[in-house]
Amino acid sequence: MGCLESLKYEIILRDTSFSECREYIRSACKEYVDVDPGFKIFDKHIIGIPPISIGFDGDVITFPFTKPCYGTFLMRVEDHDEAERIRKSAPSKKK
Amino acid sequence: MENHLRDSEKGSVQKMTSEQVNNEKSAVLVLGCPQVPVQTGIALYLISALRKKGVRTVIAGNRAARTLVEVSDPERHYVGEVMDIDRYIGEIAEKKRAFDYHFIFIHNDAGVSYAATVQAITGKTVVALIYGEHFQEMAGMITFPCEKIAAKAVHNPMPLKNKLDEVLPWVVSNL
Repeated sequence: MGCLESLKYEIILRDTSFSECREYIRSACKEYVDVDPGFKIFDKHIIGIPPISIGFDGDVITFPFTKPCYGTFLMRVEDHDEAERIRKSAPSKKK
Repeated sequence: MENHLRDSEKGSVQKMTSEQVNNEKSAVLVLGCPQVPVQTGIALYLISALRKKGVRTVIAGNRAARTLVEVSDPERHYVGEVMDIDRYIGEIAEKKRAFDYHFIFIHNDAGVSYAATVQAITGKTVVALIYGEHFQEMAGMITFPCEKIAAKAVHNPMPLKNKLDEVLPWVVSNL
């Protein structure tokens, strides 16, 4: 997810697990969708243990991000177009 | 990609759209962060063992993991194609490439995440090589279809090498 570095992002959780990310997103975000690993977000394929939850608060997207040497982070990025694209292309809306 | 290939391999890769060309079996070794010393040695050992069984290998990893493998085999006696780990995930997700075997090196939860991702994308049983101080904890996190080869190997590769020797013939014959 190299292009993530060019975005204005906020790290919510560091060195976390996928179940913690999922629980956070499902409880803290106004809406969320579940996607499979490989789903594209910010033009990269998302890595993780399914189901992977992606949360939304308006145009703010909350999602897990894994790097081999640094583990898993929970990130937040504001992007209207990407939020709309994910809402439309995700298999089903959960909340 | 081609910068990482021996001259003899460049032409053949250009012609391929799938790894199963000419019925040659192929395997990808997905390397994690190289902070555990045994990873590079076991990767080269596995490439050698697979090659003896007629399996062509590709390495996928981040820059540090790839560079360690390449520096360890400067004449490219073992190492063939090497690719970035994100490109590997992208190409299998978009069905641009397919491999017969996916060996995922795991010593932390990021490795488990990559293994789960590869399994979900391909629908295949992946082979997890699990090592490091926390190998039992990592093995316990895996709940998806997976062949686990696990040993407490940190500096000494022999426990994992011995497990690999036991299991690899079955893996190559049955997966």
